[in-house]
Amino acid sequence: MTNSINEIEQAQVILVSGSNTTRTHPQVARRFYRAVDRGAKLIVIDPRRTRLARHAHIHLRIRPGTDIALLNGMMRSIIDENLIDDLFIQMRTENYTTMRDMLFGIDLAQAAAITGVPEKTIRRAARIYAQAQRSVICYCLGVTQHIAGTGNVQSYANLAMLTGHVEQEFTGVDPLRGQNNVQGACDMGALPGVLPGYQSVFDDAVREKFARVWGVELPATPGLTLLDMTHEAGGGATGLPQAAPAIRALYVTGENPLLSEPSLNGVKKAFHQYDFLVVSDIFLSETARVADVVFPAASFAEKTGTITSSERRVQLMRKAIEPVGDSRPDDWIVMELARRMGHAMDYTSPAEVMEEICMVTPIYGGMYHDRLDREWGVQWPCGGRNMEGTQYLHKYSFARGRGRFEPAAHVEPAEVPDSDYPFALITGRFYFQYHTGTMTRRTPILERESGQPLLEMHPDDGRRLGLRPGSVVTVASRRGRSRFVVELTDRVAPGNLFTSFHFAEAPVNELTIDASDPVARCPEYKVCAVRLEEVEPC
Amino acid sequence: MRDVLTVCCYCGCGCGLYLHVRDDRVVGSSPSRNHPVSRNNLCVRGWNAHGFIHDAGRLTEPLVRRNGRLRPATWDEALQITADALARVVHEHGPDAVGVVASAKCTNEENYLLQKFARAVLGTNNIDHCARL
Repeated sequence: MTNSINEIEQAQVILVSGSNTTRTHPQVARRFYRAVDRGAKLIVIDPRRTRLARHAHIHLRIRPGTDIALLNGMMRSIIDENLIDDLFIQMRTENYTTMRDMLFGIDLAQAAAITGVPEKTIRRAARIYAQAQRSVICYCLGVTQHIAGTGNVQSYANLAMLTGHVEQEFTGVDPLRGQNNVQGACDMGALPGVLPGYQSVFDDAVREKFARVWGVELPATPGLTLLDMTHEAGGGATGLPQAAPAIRALYVTGENPLLSEPSLNGVKKAFHQYDFLVVSDIFLSETARVADVVFPAASFAEKTGTITSSERRVQLMRKAIEPVGDSRPDDWIVMELARRMGHAMDYTSPAEVMEEICMVTPIYGGMYHDRLDREWGVQWPCGGRNMEGTQYLHKYSFARGRGRFEPAAHVEPAEVPDSDYPFALITGRFYFQYHTGTMTRRTPILERESGQPLLEMHPDDGRRLGLRPGSVVTVASRRGRSRFVVELTDRVAPGNLFTSFHFAEAPVNELTIDASDPVARCPEYKVCAVRLEEVEPC
Repeated sequence: MRDVLTVCCYCGCGCGLYLHVRDDRVVGSSPSRNHPVSRNNLCVRGWNAHGFIHDAGRLTEPLVRRNGRLRPATWDEALQITADALARVVHEHGPDAVGVVASAKCTNEENYLLQKFARAVLGTNNIDHCARL
């Protein structure tokens, strides 16, 4: 997030896209409601009529995967009505003329046809967003989990820059992060292309710096993403270059790709090819079951360390109890493996690891444990021990200097409904469950509230097919099939279905497609074409 | 009974919460009143953040596959088998034949060590985590 969570309360317009915020980020949703109570306008972009969408002033109910068309339409309308922020564009951005020329080619009637949102509504939403002093954009995986995910994100950035809605308090572009430390895992360089602090592995000077600290030469060859590691090498659909080396051994910590990755049949094939699989987890997950070695890991209550939230707040997680049974924290496991492979990592505590992180990671320069222990965490960037954290980003300049407009064109989802597979399936999360359910499904109260793999279907579709709430249906895509329990609700539009990936007994990722964004390698979890096969009325 | 101030293990909001500990068991969780994000409030997952910690299904000892089945093993065996297997793959097929999947559920320090392990010990940039879901 460029802003802090609390800033959202002061926004005048909140544009939420692809986020079921009341369910997945309840604390952020609280701020939305508080802002609305203070008079803010709420605009929701979502194919589903979520609870937040019901409370929105404007709900732009787009057809799945048409964000770019909508945003280009909104931006065209903003230019038409001269609501752009000239000064901001001139002082802080580049490539505007290309952007403007592209927008002059946009036809609002066509945008309305692609998205399914009336032209008038697009214009009204654009006007509200552009005219306010403090407009904030919050988005989540509904924006990124598309083959055009990068274009989607860039379009939201274009919209914010066009209207000057960044660089100040209470206004910015805020991706909401789904896991407690997904921000931190990215910050720490658990990504193929970057070292800690987003320092590129392809930059010689950066590699040299880390080589000095770590005492070894570092590889400059591009690494594989999770999608590429867990799908058959060279598989056509993933678009992997044929020359890429096949993975022969995989070390997985606290992840469950055999339930969470798209197109599970492909994942199973890849896992079958590995010579060696080691999994570190707190439970015997679907992935751990097929491992050669399983390490019992300590849970969040049994170890000390820092985690980083959506708003870049680095906080200390404190050990409450000793590890259960003979489980051990992952840092201990990694250090033991490193020692046995001839590269001693002699850290005596997580605090000492953090000292090294502070040294090599400019944005984490001041994140010492003793300091974090005394405060409610510190928001990066924070350059040194005596420096303050950062409440919001891009104050006087963007990280790269000038913000660059990146025009994007609408791209149809990789698979759209047709006569054979007439429904568009959207995947996401339920309120009481979380991800592959390894934790929540073992929590009795949560499992009691939501223990069934529900499939949301519009009542009109249900009536047409003779289905009632509780009917069990088999849903099939071109890649696999899975069984769900029908819930009839107008949260989904006619022709759309929604379900989640929490349930091992109904793995929705048997159905999903492994087509992905070519830049971010983010799979298109949000749209695939399916049909109903067997139907058992209740 | 002890209360330990920590951070919720579920979403990216980063709520501050207290874990209530009795006899080395976590028996409850409740919000921190002064934390800037949670402000005395948690969602249903946060109120139940302790729910899985002492589940009977927790893995409590290392497992190693022998004759096709996962069997209990000592830490020394499990670690040595893993170190040997990873070293063998690196030796025979090169470092880029090994992949490491870090975790959005692990701490910053653990993720730092995992990527350092991939890059400095194994010698590959094949390190990623579930940032895309």
